[in-house]
Amino acid sequence: MKNYLNCETTIWSWLSTKDHKRIGVMFLVSVTLFLLVGGVFALILRLEHLTPGPTLVSPNMYNQLFTLHGVVMVWLFLIPAIPAGFGNFFLPIMLGAKDVAFPRLNLASLYIFWIGAILTIYGVLDRAADTGWTFYPPYSSQTYTKATPVLLGVFVLGWSTIITGVNFITTIHTLRAKGMRFMDMPLFAWALYGVSIIQILGTPVLGIILLMVVMDHSFDWGLFDPARGGDPLIYQHIFWFYSHPAVYIMILPPMGVVSEIVTSMAHKNPLSYKAIAYSTFGIAFVGFLTWGHHMFTSGMSELNAGIFGILSMGVAVFSAIKVFTWTGTLYRGSVWIRTPLVYIFAFLFLFIFGGMTGVAVAATSLDVHWHDTYFVVAHFHFIMVGASLTAFLAALHYWWPKITGKMYFEGWGVAGAILVFLGFVGTFFPQFLLGNAGMPRRYYHYSEQFQALNVLSTAGSWVLALGLLLVLVTLIWSLVAGEKAPANPWNSRSYEWMTPSPPPKENFPETPRFVRGPYDYHLPLEPP
Amino acid sequence: MNLAVPKLQHHFEDLPKQAHAARLGMWLFLASEALFFSGLFTLYAAYRAHYPEIFREGVAHNDLVLGTVNTFILLTGSLFLSLALWALRAARRALSVLLTAATGLAGLVYLIIKATEWAHHMAEGIFPGGRGRFFVENPEPAWAIFYTSYYGLTGFHAIHVTVGVGILAWTAWWMHRERVGPAAAYKLAIVGLYWHFVDIVWLFLWPLFYLLRNPA
Repeated sequence: MKNYLNCETTIWSWLSTKDHKRIGVMFLVSVTLFLLVGGVFALILRLEHLTPGPTLVSPNMYNQLFTLHGVVMVWLFLIPAIPAGFGNFFLPIMLGAKDVAFPRLNLASLYIFWIGAILTIYGVLDRAADTGWTFYPPYSSQTYTKATPVLLGVFVLGWSTIITGVNFITTIHTLRAKGMRFMDMPLFAWALYGVSIIQILGTPVLGIILLMVVMDHSFDWGLFDPARGGDPLIYQHIFWFYSHPAVYIMILPPMGVVSEIVTSMAHKNPLSYKAIAYSTFGIAFVGFLTWGHHMFTSGMSELNAGIFGILSMGVAVFSAIKVFTWTGTLYRGSVWIRTPLVYIFAFLFLFIFGGMTGVAVAATSLDVHWHDTYFVVAHFHFIMVGASLTAFLAALHYWWPKITGKMYFEGWGVAGAILVFLGFVGTFFPQFLLGNAGMPRRYYHYSEQFQALNVLSTAGSWVLALGLLLVLVTLIWSLVAGEKAPANPWNSRSYEWMTPSPPPKENFPETPRFVRGPYDYHLPLEPP
Repeated sequence: MNLAVPKLQHHFEDLPKQAHAARLGMWLFLASEALFFSGLFTLYAAYRAHYPEIFREGVAHNDLVLGTVNTFILLTGSLFLSLALWALRAARRALSVLLTAATGLAGLVYLIIKATEWAHHMAEGIFPGGRGRFFVENPEPAWAIFYTSYYGLTGFHAIHVTVGVGILAWTAWWMHRERVGPAAAYKLAIVGLYWHFVDIVWLFLWPLFYLLRNPA
């Protein structure tokens, strides 16, 4: 049967496609590639910390590695992964549309992403940037390394993000199927709506401030150089005005994935659809007012710090609403424990852990102790890897049959999930203890008393790498040897499962009529 | 007369919906652009709070007449563009093409005047990054900060004006070549949204760099 994969097969038909599904697939392949690149940097970093002194790389190279690890993981993997990859693929299908509102712009966003990625990678090859992914001036204005291509690369990547956001909001407003109200949309669409707002309003602020650093670095403008009257704190404020909400760019789409998988696997409508939808906007809104908590130790009044601290804790309230709704949805559902749900269990555990430590570091008194230590490193990796990456892997398994038309191998899938979980905890849990004991982040050397936990963390990183490799190999193998996927392997009620796997070019064989909600599990499943 | 109707793309149910999507997309893009400039305005505000006196003197040093003439030119251009939209909706294409081109011309004049101002500054030895003769005579670092943010803000705005002039020229040519009619007016309206936005940004730059010059 003709579907979006085999309707045209030339390479040019992919490179010039306006099909949101193919664009989504190309994004997924690209970000997976960059996950590997960033992962290799991380492995080298962990190896370096196997011993307190020099182990593998020079001090300069260490600085470059943690910079590039951060830049690649944040802007080339975490931010585009779920929205530009799965979002592009599934948003129009979930709305019963044939495509996103602006298909040509959508293709442009892919090319802009590639151009940004090439610029960034060019900055990696020789005299790689060593500023940290935060590019704090005045150091970033003065470093001898090639900060400019990396900064410009991130600026360009920002436009890809903005275009995706514009496309998604317009699609949701104008291309819902006849009769579908906002409150009938699958929850993943709400998550994408929330994240698009942040992408549109946050990203340009980052873009302009990074351009100013480029001017400082390449043309010696001195805007943030204290010796010439500049104020680096202004940079920090503006940088975090984007980069804190950027955390929610990385976590809101995963939350949408969790909502989809939990309802599908529990075969039950969400405990509260509205609570999940509205709390998305709570997070998106409050997220814009918390940036100061990155700067408690860089000179901030007690009043400001207090306000930022309390607002930051507000994020936890909305997150908790979601977590309780998800667990409440699982309660007394007819739960199918399959690979995606195993990842979601990992997500829930790690997200709660990462979130609670986030509340802790939002308390100013505690933050002074933990600031710039491995405690913070562990905290944000629990959110970005523990939550975002596991949700990405959950989504990859959950939607694999729909995207590729093949079933993944259930046994290997569960094994991969368990390895990833154990490897992750092994890598990052020791870092909480290290940070609490006072080990600073971004230092080449560390004191000898920290070695045992560092060895444990490095060992964990290899388990995590092994797990990810297992996932990659078995998924690729399933393309060859996997069983043919049915249209709806999960008995889900969500709309993307109402079309064949893989979907035809125009998403549905005929114009879909959604006569029931996406979570109406009390109704019998209609034949596909 | 061929009143060309825009093509309906396959994923929209009807033309009004397609037009609605295009308008909404432009508004969202402008929201993004507004935040882009807000970063620069924040820089200005923060540095003005740091160095109120020198920023005031710097503003007084700028040419009030040229800045105000430029404001007048941009606003006149925007008026032309609004009239162009009215003309196209009234199916008076030739007039609409003329008015759109006139808007582009106004943008061009604006750029020439702006470039003249920059040339004046450079003749005085004022370059971005605190380079030049002027900063030897006025060594307080705040002067360099003021003029660097001046070049930064007006420069980014000028880039937007340049893009706008290009779009206006292309739009005028496209309306003429395709012999478009009222059904395509929404496309001109979207170009207008962008152009008016660029105008409004200048309406903030004008006080910040030309008007706020009197001692408190």
